[in-house]
Amino acid sequence: MRPKIARLGGALAASMALTLTLAACGGGDSTEPAASGGGDSPTTLKIGFMGDLTGENSAIVIPPRNGAKLAIDEYNAKNPKIKVELVPYDSQGNPDQAVPLAQQAITQDKIVALIGPAFSGESKNVGPILEQGKIPSISASATNPDLSKNGWKYWHRLVATDAAQGKAVADFLAKATSAKKAYVIDDKQEYSVGIADVAFETLKAAGATIERDKIDQDGSDYSSTVTKVKAFAPDLIFYGGYYAQAGRLLKQLRTGGVKAAFASGDGSLDQNLVSGAGADAAEGAVVGCPCFIPYGVTEGPVKTFADNYKKAYNADPAIYATEGYDAATAFLQAIEKGHTTGEAINTYLSTVDFTGVSKPVKFGPDGELGATTIHIYRVKGGQITWLGDSTVAKLD
Amino acid sequence: MLNDFIDQFGPSTVGGLAAGAIYALIALGYTMVYGVLRLINFAHSEIFMIGTFSGLAVIMTLGVSEPQSGIALIGLLLLLSVVAMVGSGAAAVALEQIAYRPLRKKGSSRLAALISAIGASIFLQELFAIVVIPHLYDHPRGRDNIGTQQLLDKEPLFTLGNTDVRPDHLIVIVASIAMMIALDFFVNRSRIGRGIRATAQNPETAVLMGINIDRIVRITFFVGGCMAGIAGLLYLLQFEETRYNIGFVLGIKAFTAAVLGGIGNLRGALLGGLALGLIENWGAIFFGSAWKDVIAFTVLVVILMFRPTGILGESLQVARA
Repeated sequence: MRPKIARLGGALAASMALTLTLAACGGGDSTEPAASGGGDSPTTLKIGFMGDLTGENSAIVIPPRNGAKLAIDEYNAKNPKIKVELVPYDSQGNPDQAVPLAQQAITQDKIVALIGPAFSGESKNVGPILEQGKIPSISASATNPDLSKNGWKYWHRLVATDAAQGKAVADFLAKATSAKKAYVIDDKQEYSVGIADVAFETLKAAGATIERDKIDQDGSDYSSTVTKVKAFAPDLIFYGGYYAQAGRLLKQLRTGGVKAAFASGDGSLDQNLVSGAGADAAEGAVVGCPCFIPYGVTEGPVKTFADNYKKAYNADPAIYATEGYDAATAFLQAIEKGHTTGEAINTYLSTVDFTGVSKPVKFGPDGELGATTIHIYRVKGGQITWLGDSTVAKLD
Repeated sequence: MLNDFIDQFGPSTVGGLAAGAIYALIALGYTMVYGVLRLINFAHSEIFMIGTFSGLAVIMTLGVSEPQSGIALIGLLLLLSVVAMVGSGAAAVALEQIAYRPLRKKGSSRLAALISAIGASIFLQELFAIVVIPHLYDHPRGRDNIGTQQLLDKEPLFTLGNTDVRPDHLIVIVASIAMMIALDFFVNRSRIGRGIRATAQNPETAVLMGINIDRIVRITFFVGGCMAGIAGLLYLLQFEETRYNIGFVLGIKAFTAAVLGGIGNLRGALLGGLALGLIENWGAIFFGSAWKDVIAFTVLVVILMFRPTGILGESLQVARA
């Protein structure tokens, strides 16, 4: 019922208590996994993957898991000295379930690195445990801006934050549509309000006259919002929120005779936006995302990735699949270079610098990506298609 | 502010009436069951949901692929209303049989029935999300919205000032008022209707007068279910989508409408529904849509302070018995 709220959502008090408990009982085991790959027999190292693998938001967690698995399978197929195993941890996206799983991953399974946790709430709870256990992590999808402000040394992510996204998408829209009047709408959820706030400020700074309204995420009749938008007659509408509400809102706007351009952020990047609004209503809608989904890419390494992914999973790579693949690749590079402990891998991550399938991979000291890349997508002929990086994408 | 009001008054009124008409139809189910059994049937919102899915099944089976008009549209709407009414009505009867009757027979407290209602509501939602939608509707992500084909052309029929009146709005408002009038006749004029009123007034005496209470209760659920089915169909027509928990918010609003108008009172449900829809939409003009519910519930509290039994009072039983 609350789509993806966990991904960006708060997850608050419990983490405090848990952190304290952990601080008390950590400390014992820092000298484990069979340090050097020594001997003749190939060693197997474990990399964890944590996220909602079976719950209601699993649709955005299974693709990165598949991407990571693909990278690891490709690596193992090269028959390296040290093999790698991907161990799944199904947190259901629940911050409270994630904590014991992380403890189990570190103390029993002795993972050397973790891909995830997928959502921001669980990341917030698991971060301190990974610090304690000296296990590096790369999340492919946690976008809450505050995560990198914790001073964690072992935490990284492969996506830009909601704030960076909101700004980049709004800048792009301001330039591409030169809108004079814009209307910003959100559905009152934490993520939605955050991204809508940033878009509002950015569009305002770009000189647009602007108004704002909010819809109810559980509601279905948005006629009062449609009435307001119609009376204001904007050239551009930005919606902060998720695809289910975005589709509904867009359909009602179009039926109500509003013809302004419609744009939204990564929460709306799903083919269900089109099926919810109807192909006609959705036509031309612009969606930004810090993620890269190879919609309609026909050449290069991304195409190879997409083909291999399709071969392995009988599905096209969906949201965060490329990021999952790149996260695994970063760890695998470290292991290939002979780094086999969490600490050594983490040190290596600070020097990692390669062009992944999703974007250039290079981490700053706070674990954020060195460069912000926001991709722009657009609905064309009922399909979401990739237009390019927000700095170069063109609307027609 | 005043300019906003002038600009938005007309469209808000149309939107409010259309929303209110659907609230009112659902509210009837709450009000009738409350009138007869003194039970708040919290699973009624799921009866509405089943109505939308019954309609959807017809649309999918017939393979309707473009907006219809003329005779075809009328025929389609009639077929849809029959199926939605039967689907929802049957579901309501089954609900009563399984979730309420056993408790009633054992003479359990009203609270037990209330818990049973909440349980049935959750059960039905999850049943649709996990089993029915993925398997029967071929939609693997059972918790997503399911869009339907647009059934009729929604170009405005005519424009009054700055207010577009769309055919779907008109159908929703007219159809629900027509259903309400039909129901009012049924309850006030027919033999069965007299039985319903008698049971509402005093069940023991009704039994002594030869009324089969079980039958009356079943009919009450069926009729309430039919109204929810029509509401589901009209909803589908207007919004072209449904999902497993579609009834949740609408159920709360409809229940509020029933209380606002006077729970147990059929005409109160109509008045309460329309009033709630209008208050919400007019309030949104001034304070923004985020405050819609706050305004609606503030008005509810104020009205209940002065008229604790709602605008028209609590009176299925005294409705000219």
